[in-house]
Parts: sequence; C-alpha cells; structure tokens
Amino acid sequence: MNKTKSGQVVLNAPYLLWSAIFIVVPLLFVVYYAFTTANGSFTFNNIINFFTNEQYMTVFWRSMLYAVWATVISLVIAYPFSYCMSKVNASSQRMLMLLVMLPMLMNLVVRTYSWQQILEKNGLVNTLLESIGLEPIQFLGNAGVIIFGMVYNYLPFMILPIYSSISKVDKSLLEASNDLGCNTFGTIQKVILPLSIPGVLSGITMVFVPCVSTFYISRQFSDGNIKMIGDVIEDKFYRSSVPDYNIGATISLVLMLIILISLAVVNKFSDDDDQTGGVVI
Amino acid sequence: MNKENIIQLKDIRMSYDGETVLDGIDLTIRDGEFVTFLGPSGCGKTTTLRIIAGFESQDGGDVFFGGQNINAVPPHKRNINTIFQRYALFPHLNVYDNVAFGLKVKNTPKSEIHDKVIEMLELVNLKGLEKRKIDTLSGGQQQRVAIARAIINHPKVLLLDEPLSALDLKLRKDMQVELKNLQKRTGITFIFVTHDQEEALSMSDTVVVMDKGKIQQIGSPADIYNEPENAFVADFIGESNIIDGVMKKDFLVQINGRDFECLDSGFNTNENVDVVIRPEDVDIVPPINGMLEGVVTSVTFLGVHYEIIVDINNFKWMIQTTDFHDVGETVGLFIEPDAIHIMKKSEYSGKFGDYSSYSDELDEMNEEAAEAAALAEESEDE
Repeated sequence: MNKTKSGQVVLNAPYLLWSAIFIVVPLLFVVYYAFTTANGSFTFNNIINFFTNEQYMTVFWRSMLYAVWATVISLVIAYPFSYCMSKVNASSQRMLMLLVMLPMLMNLVVRTYSWQQILEKNGLVNTLLESIGLEPIQFLGNAGVIIFGMVYNYLPFMILPIYSSISKVDKSLLEASNDLGCNTFGTIQKVILPLSIPGVLSGITMVFVPCVSTFYISRQFSDGNIKMIGDVIEDKFYRSSVPDYNIGATISLVLMLIILISLAVVNKFSDDDDQTGGVVI
Repeated sequence: MNKENIIQLKDIRMSYDGETVLDGIDLTIRDGEFVTFLGPSGCGKTTTLRIIAGFESQDGGDVFFGGQNINAVPPHKRNINTIFQRYALFPHLNVYDNVAFGLKVKNTPKSEIHDKVIEMLELVNLKGLEKRKIDTLSGGQQQRVAIARAIINHPKVLLLDEPLSALDLKLRKDMQVELKNLQKRTGITFIFVTHDQEEALSMSDTVVVMDKGKIQQIGSPADIYNEPENAFVADFIGESNIIDGVMKKDFLVQINGRDFECLDSGFNTNENVDVVIRPEDVDIVPPINGMLEGVVTSVTFLGVHYEIIVDINNFKWMIQTTDFHDVGETVGLFIEPDAIHIMKKSEYSGKFGDYSSYSDELDEMNEEAAEAAALAEESEDE
C-alpha cells in the first residue's frame, strides 16, 4: 500500500512540477501584475481603469459580440453538417472527417495569412474579378471578415464534438422513434437533438473560448484597424513602444474570469443530464 | 378461428453483399394470432421482422397489411409497433415520457395521454415509477416500459425481437406468461422472434421454423414437435434420434435391418427416409424383450430423468428415462408405432440426430456463435 503510494508520488512528480512551473507560476505573475503599479505597490486601479476606460470597454464588448456571432454561425453550420456526416457511409465519414481536420494541420498564422493574401485588395479573388471585367471588392477591414476568419479557424472544434455525440446515438433509438410514429424531422427534434446536447455544449465552449480571446486574425484582416481584446493584450505586453505589463495582466485576468464563468454556465447546463457523448475540455 | 389475414408475405427475398439472407419467404398471419419465428442466429428471422416493421426494404416480394400492399409505406405510418431486443428506451426521457412518446407524436390531448399512460403502467405493474429515469430501472422493469410504450398505441400488430433474451431465466419464464396473457387480453397480433425453442413452443399459436433464409415448417407447437418436416426441424425442436430407414410399404419402416410398424403412409415402396424417434418415446427393456439391442456408453443425471446414450451398430441413440442403467450394460429398446415419425430425405439428412459425440455438436454451436458475432458486427458497420 505504502509502496504504491510513494510510487505514485514519484510518477506524478514530473507532471506536478511541469504544471507548477508552466501553469501556476505564470498565473501568479498575471495576478501579481494585475494588482500592482509599475513600481510594484498594491493597487486596484488597474481594474478600475480597465472598466472605466471607454476604449477598452469598446474593444471588450466588440470581442464578446464577435465571439458570440462566430459561435452561433459555427453552430448553425456545424449541426446540420455533423448530422449529414453521421448519415453517410463509413468511408465517406472518414473522408469528410479528414477534410474537416485538414486546415488544422496548418498553423493558424499561416492559414490566416493565406486568407489575407486571397482576400486583399490585389489578392487572388480581386485579380480574378478584374480579369473578367468586374469591380474589385473591399473584403478586408470589417467585422464580417473577422467573424468569417474566426468561424473558419474554429469550425472544426464545433463539428468534432457534435459529430461525435450524434454518431453515438444508438440507431435502435431512431428506429424506435420511427416505429412510434415520428418522421425523420420529428426524430431529429425529439431524439437526436436532446441526446446530442452535450456535444453542442462542448462545441460552444470550444469555439467561444478561443474566439473571445482571438488576436492576430483581427489584426491581419483589418490592417490593425479593428482591435479585439486579444490584440490589446498583445500590444500591452510587447507590441507598443512602452510596454505596460500591469494593464495587460489586468485585461488577461478579466478575460480568464469571463472564460471561467462561461465554462461554469455551460457545465451547469450539461449537469442537468449527465449524458456522455460530448468532448470534455 | 376464421379470422381475417392481417399480414401476408409473398416471396420475400433479401441479400446483403451478395449473400442471401431471405430466400423466398411466403407467410400468412391471421389477426389475433401469436406467431413465433424460430431459428438459429442468421436464419433470417430478425430480417423478416424488420421488413414487416419497415426498417428494411426487401429486394423482392411484397408485404401486405390487411390486404393492402405496404411495400412503400414508411415505418412511422404503419399500424405496427416493435419491442426491440435491447428495448431502445429513450435515455433522455423518464418512464412516463417514454410511454407517452407515441401519443405525443399524434398530438393526443394531454389529459388523455395522462390517463392512458397511467393505465398502461398499471397494466405492466410499474405504477409509481413514472418519474424514474430509464437507467435506474432493472432489466425486467425496462422490459415492461418497452411493452407499455408499444401497446399504448393500440397497434394491430406487435413485433417482438428476442425481447426476453437479456433477462435471467426466472424472470424470462415470468415474462413469457405475462406476454402470453397480455396478448390474449389485448387481442393484438404478436409476432415474436426467438432462438429458444422452449419459449416458442410454450407461447405460440403458430411456430414458423426458419433456417438459411427459408421457412422450414409452419405449424402449431404440437405439430412442429410431433410431425417435424425434416431433420433440421426435428433436431432444432427438442432432442431427436434421426436414423436412416427404408419405407417397405405403408405403415412399415425398416430400421437397422428390422421392420417397425408405424403410422405414416404415402411414401414410395423402398423409399429411403429419415426416421425421427424422440428420446422420451423409447423404453429401455431387458434385451430379450427389446426390438433393438445396444450397449450403454454414457449416463447423465439431469434431475427429472437420466439421459442415456446407447450404442446400436455404431449409431448412438439418446434415451431419456427415469430408470438408471449403468455404462457397459446391454439393454433392449422398445418403440411404440406412434413414437416413430417418418420424414422425406432433405438437404439436412445425415447432419443431425446422432449423439456419437457431444463435442462435435459443441463445435458446431461455437462456430454458429462466431458466425453470428461476425454478422452482428457487419450489420453494425452499416
């Protein structure tokens, strides 16, 4: 008994150490900077400044709004797609899965940069339009294209958990529903949808969380004109000429709390019925 | 019993990946009957049931419901309900909502749904469990929910796909009786699928014995047992000694070089036939009084009786008797004319009915089980 216990400690030690150094310590730094001034004395001013600064607030609510839009659009695309994907034969399912995963094999920076090249003023699409005698279109620099960028990047995180929970629904339940008088639409509504809620909730979290803290996509797609909260944090830490770790850490801390709250809300929903089938994050 | 036909199958054919599963099924089921499809795994009985339910469409042939061709009618528009092998209860709904499912789909008024659900739950002895979640119920309780969920819709036909196979023996026996009573009380036509011959014999009005995608015999339980059509049916339903014989003339058959009186006629003179003799119909007598003589090679005590294997000219007979006879003893066998049943030779001749080795039979069973598992996997892959 004792032996196995000490053995466990030895085995766990590297992971505990790793977590401590690379997760807990940085977190403590964030908290430290958030509650101190530039010369290291304790203060609440950073938090107060953040919430009373109109510029920060605009950026903050913009991030929330874009993230909600991106999540909703991803869900609307992903659910029917996942349903259809679960209906086709096994080899087509594998093929579709591969296509969904394919963009994820590329780095986000490379993906986003490629899209910027495709959509910019003298980019691929506009060159094509001009070659057939049409006016070029200004794609970049608006909210729509940034939300598109987020949907494009994070859609797989919505599809995978939903697909996994839909395909786990026992086929005999669908037959039972059919047998009891439900047509296909009724079966989706009364059986598949309620049973795939855990997948939908994981999908929502897995898309909303990275969206709300997005940076880079917004900068690339708007030439730095539309900022999201992630861009502001990046600026504060190392892009601006005078780095301000304290306000950067404050915004990070607020963002983390928002994410924790949204996770808690989602978990509350999925607690109501402890169906397995979703991806737990 | 001159009731109208409720289900009619005409030359139903079905194959998966070039492998024939159903090979021309013709069957008529009368309204209010308790019909059982009986056969080993892979015989096509479940496929036939699924075609009647509408979950699968046959490659060829027609399904009629009350005289109407329903080939193109989807399952949700058929007045047929199913009890699934593993019940297929909705895990996100409680007992009440599971049972109410069919009525809610039909937009029945709430108060009517409530009354009917309560009535159904009373009928299956589940009153008071309305709010329970499905996964908190025992196997037997889940079974009852499945029954209530199906018959609350007053189907004309209820399909039951091996519904008792997941229950333990005692519960299974109780549910057999309950299902039979339920069928009598509601007058609903039951089509029951099982591989358990005892279950089939004890519950059904009509038994349909199937093998290799074909119907081997249709008849009452007594007919199936007493007058099997071929060696397969004789072996599958109960224990049988199946011996090669020659029909000398009407009412006289030669077995092991000795003539036996029997009750069968209508065969050609000197036609080769299969002779079925049930183990319980053979009396063991002193050799001098016996019609045949053999040596006891094995004795198994089974509680009610002994199962004795007797070697007669290298053919092992199984005999069930309450008298003990020791291994090595020479005994005589006495067989009454009405214990002898003559069958025409079929593709199954020579494959069954010899008890020379139990292990052979076990091997066969294992093979079958492996095949069934492979088949189940395949169908899951779809």
